[in-house]
Amino acid sequence: MPDLSIEFCGVKAPNPFWLASAPPTNSAYQVRRAFDAGWGGVVWKTLGTEPIVNVSSRYGGLDHDGRKVVGLNNIELITDRTLEENLREIAEVKRDYPHHALWVSLMVESKRETWHEIVKQTEQTGADGIELNFGCPHGMSERGMGSAVGQVPDYTCMIVEWVKEVATTPVIVKLTPNVTDVRTIGRAAQQSGADALSLINTINSIIGVDLDTLAPKPAVAGQGSHGGYCGPAVKPIALNMVSELARDKDIKLPISGIGGIQAWQDAVEFMLLGAGSVQVCTAVMHYGFRIVEQLASGMENWMREKGYERVSDFVGLSTGRIHDWGDLNLNHKVVAEIDQAKCIHCGLCYIACEDGCHQSIAWDKQSVADYVKEHGEEAIAFHSGGHDVVPGAGADYVNLFTIKQDTCVGCNMCSLVCPVEDCITMKEVDTGKPPMSWREYQELLAAGKIAKIEPPKHV
Amino acid sequence: MPRAGDILSRAELQENFAELPPPLTDSEALVEAARCLYCFDAPCTRACPTEIDVPKFIRQILHRNEPGAARTILQSNIFGGSCARACPTEVLCEGACVDNTLLNSPVQIGRLQRHACDVARQANLRFFTPGPPTGRRVAIIGSGPAGLSCAHELRKAGHEVVVFEARGVAGGLNTLGIAAYKITTEFALTEVDLVQQVGVEIRRNSPQSGPQIQALLAGDEFDSVFLGIGLGRTRPLGIPGEDAAGVWEALDFIFQTHTGSYADCQVGQHVLVIGAGNTAADVATEAVRLGAEQVTLAYRRGDEAMPAYAYEYEYMKHDGVHFEWYAQPKRVVVADGKAVGVEFIATEPLEEGSRKAGLREVPGSEFTIEADMIVKALGQAPLLDLLKSLPDLKVDGDCIAVDPDSGATSIAGLFAGGDCISGGAEIVNAVQDGKVAAAGINRYLAGARGGSTNA
Ligand SMILES: Cc1cc2nc3c(=O)[nH]c(=O)nc-3n(C[C@H](O)[C@H](O)[C@H](O)COP(=O)(O)OP(=O)(O)OC[C@H]3O[C@@H](n4cnc5c(N)ncnc54)[C@H](O)[C@@H]3O)c2cc1C
Ligand SMILES: Cc1cc2nc3c(=O)[nH]c(=O)nc-3n(C[C@H](O)[C@H](O)[C@H](O)COP(=O)(O)O)c2cc1C
Ligand code: SF4
Ligand code: SF4
Ligand code: SF4
Repeated sequence: MPDLSIEFCGVKAPNPFWLASAPPTNSAYQVRRAFDAGWGGVVWKTLGTEPIVNVSSRYGGLDHDGRKVVGLNNIELITDRTLEENLREIAEVKRDYPHHALWVSLMVESKRETWHEIVKQTEQTGADGIELNFGCPHGMSERGMGSAVGQVPDYTCMIVEWVKEVATTPVIVKLTPNVTDVRTIGRAAQQSGADALSLINTINSIIGVDLDTLAPKPAVAGQGSHGGYCGPAVKPIALNMVSELARDKDIKLPISGIGGIQAWQDAVEFMLLGAGSVQVCTAVMHYGFRIVEQLASGMENWMREKGYERVSDFVGLSTGRIHDWGDLNLNHKVVAEIDQAKCIHCGLCYIACEDGCHQSIAWDKQSVADYVKEHGEEAIAFHSGGHDVVPGAGADYVNLFTIKQDTCVGCNMCSLVCPVEDCITMKEVDTGKPPMSWREYQELLAAGKIAKIEPPKHV
Repeated sequence: MPRAGDILSRAELQENFAELPPPLTDSEALVEAARCLYCFDAPCTRACPTEIDVPKFIRQILHRNEPGAARTILQSNIFGGSCARACPTEVLCEGACVDNTLLNSPVQIGRLQRHACDVARQANLRFFTPGPPTGRRVAIIGSGPAGLSCAHELRKAGHEVVVFEARGVAGGLNTLGIAAYKITTEFALTEVDLVQQVGVEIRRNSPQSGPQIQALLAGDEFDSVFLGIGLGRTRPLGIPGEDAAGVWEALDFIFQTHTGSYADCQVGQHVLVIGAGNTAADVATEAVRLGAEQVTLAYRRGDEAMPAYAYEYEYMKHDGVHFEWYAQPKRVVVADGKAVGVEFIATEPLEEGSRKAGLREVPGSEFTIEADMIVKALGQAPLLDLLKSLPDLKVDGDCIAVDPDSGATSIAGLFAGGDCISGGAEIVNAVQDGKVAAAGINRYLAGARGGSTNA
């Protein structure tokens, strides 16, 4: 049985699945339920000196063609409960769950004494560590906190230094994605003594406009404000930012990956790109704590199949495979191939390639009679009222699609849209040429040792 | 003969005739719409005789634009609401749906189509307007789906259209002949309204004889005539006793459910249906729903050769209909002037495993099935008298011969479509025939008679 336990900044946890600082970690009641359900750690909902006051309503969902909440946005602030109550509950929970990771997220005004005070109070609870919320993109930032700090390297340095002056437990800095280059903030955090980084916090967003009332969503008395975006739709942005930090020469800190994790594959991907633990918010807000069971069992099965015994066996294994574009091999070539036995004749590959890509799929019509002759009874779903029912057939023909492999540029698009598992695969073609990156190509060109690569011939 | 109302309560009858399958709820429609892959050159559209752009209208539903979806449907087929309810979708759009292969179950196109049309109807939306006047006038004979679809298209092109209907009610078999649990009379009439809304005039109780039709063609009032007269009475069995009391024609049996209340419909205790086509299936199912104690369907071949669709067979099985396969009727048994049963002889196919092989009667295998109501359901005969009274009209077998691209008959200016050219098909085919003929008439009016049309 693979071992899911981890150690992150010296803090042990039964597994790498943590709850991000957010509504699911707002109270002892919830955190106890979460630990009981199987979460390995939590980051307590961000504490401030005073409870904040929230607005109503607060969340907006992005639906996609019948799928609910592929993205979520919120205009909620940090904890709306008193500091005393939160600290008391944190102490009790830590006492009752000594083997789970319990981090506390903090955000106060940018005053040295205020930071010193809250860090000390937090550490008295026995919590395992602190996460600094430099990421909240709405509300708090207008008050000079959250992403207002996390967007400016100097402010980040200043506050991390203040915190580290008194902290005895590890300090994670939670980064905002609302910056042009996340590495500058990561480097600043490291320089000033942070022990780890977590990212991403939510992305600046307006989730939509209500087409009846014309009010932005979510609406507060018919008005709106930009909010923070998260959920499955943000995962690719988060993955990129995690990998940028993980492969930065100057940054040597452990990373806790956050953003859009809802299936075990998402968690594994974050970890392959360098995250030592992962944090989840939206998926739990959507489906509840129970999803951790699927995360754990999926990761375990995958580890077993791959032969990994410990989580640390695979953390960061894919980081080294991310390069600058200019270092990729221009002489590598793949082309698409359709498994005609699997094809259901939907035509999605054809129209994607024809209108959006490289006009490299041929469209032919086969008469139903010939089609049935070729495929036999297989082609006929059933008989009814003297008709042979042939799915995919209409107007007496069946559409056949084949890849024009001589012009296919190997973009993947057709294989991405094909609704049938493994029907379109990308096959490697031997170009007979040695690997050559764009950088090498530029050098060879300059030295006059190579002819220019001809543009593809379309249509 | 008992009345249904003496057997079942009004509520029971109402429930028995609730529409099958039931409409989709909004949520069901969204989930179903999300299943559609939005195929390119979609098989479902190609398999629809009226070429409704299925992926387009389903995506419009998915994006909460039901009115747009209804317009997409009705643009191709003004009887889209009826077709959604009564089309044999399993051999048309849904049979072609690629989800049959992917998931073993097609997108429920018919029910989605119905959903969109229902939303538009409930909101009283009108999508079509008459085209700018062309000064041309077309007479349409028959107000069934063929005639009305032709009329609607012609009106959209700006021609004046007058429909002559023999009956007191418009809509043809769409109003009177489709099983009431598929299409209610009230619903069918809403589609007649859609056609009238664009300014088509329907003259009810106006049967046109051959000479009258010739006069319409020759006179000044009309520039062209379309025949959408459908078919005639049920074909006879050709056996002794078939005119006895208690022997019904399928159409008369079905018409009752549309012309009066269900309670007033007559139904036997034991109903024996002869034939195994779509009409026979409707009769058998409706007889059960009207309260018959036992319903038996007898057919001279086996179920593998049954012309009814698989889903109709399922309905019948679900309703507890008994089947008598390989039974050839020999005579109606009559007592005291009333039919009391039918004597059959067993048949055998001359060739094993063939659906179309000849049959052999098994000597000495005669047997009798008792019944107090016998329904002949062998399909409809053509309106031969009328066809013969148009001397130059070319007829192909029992059907009016037409040019498939224009619906033109052998008589200049006379076009035809629907069951009278097909010998009996579906609503959707009649609608398409009407569209094809309208396009043919447009071209004819533009060319043969000069002047401009908007086609
Ligand atoms: C019992 C039964 C059940 C059916 N069930 C289905 C089903 O579930 N689904 C489906 O798709 N199809 C079904 N059909 C088939 C469908 O009803 C027909 O294909 C369709 O109605 C044909 O349309 P039409 O316009 O050609 O003819 P009709 O609908 O028959 O209309 C012809 C019209 O012309 C009128 N007419 C005839 N002669 C004259 C004249 N001389 N002067 C003036 N008017 C005249 C008639 O009164 C009638 O109103 C069924 C048919 C039957 C008989
Ligand atoms: C309603 C809501 C409130 C949040 N509050 C906080 C917070 O108080 N502190 C914090 O650091 N992050 C907060 N977050 C951000 C999450 O911790 C997390 O970084 C983000 O949602 C991305 O992860 P996800 O895609 O799994 O949701 C909040 C997110 C949501 C949706
Ligand atoms: S890989 Fe790209 S270019 Fe090649 S066939 Fe597919 S869509 Fe077209
Ligand atoms: S997308 Fe896939 S299933 Fe659809 S036509 Fe192309 S190869 Fe066939
Ligand atoms: S064939 Fe099926 S999946 Fe494809 S467009 Fe038609 S309904 Fe949608």
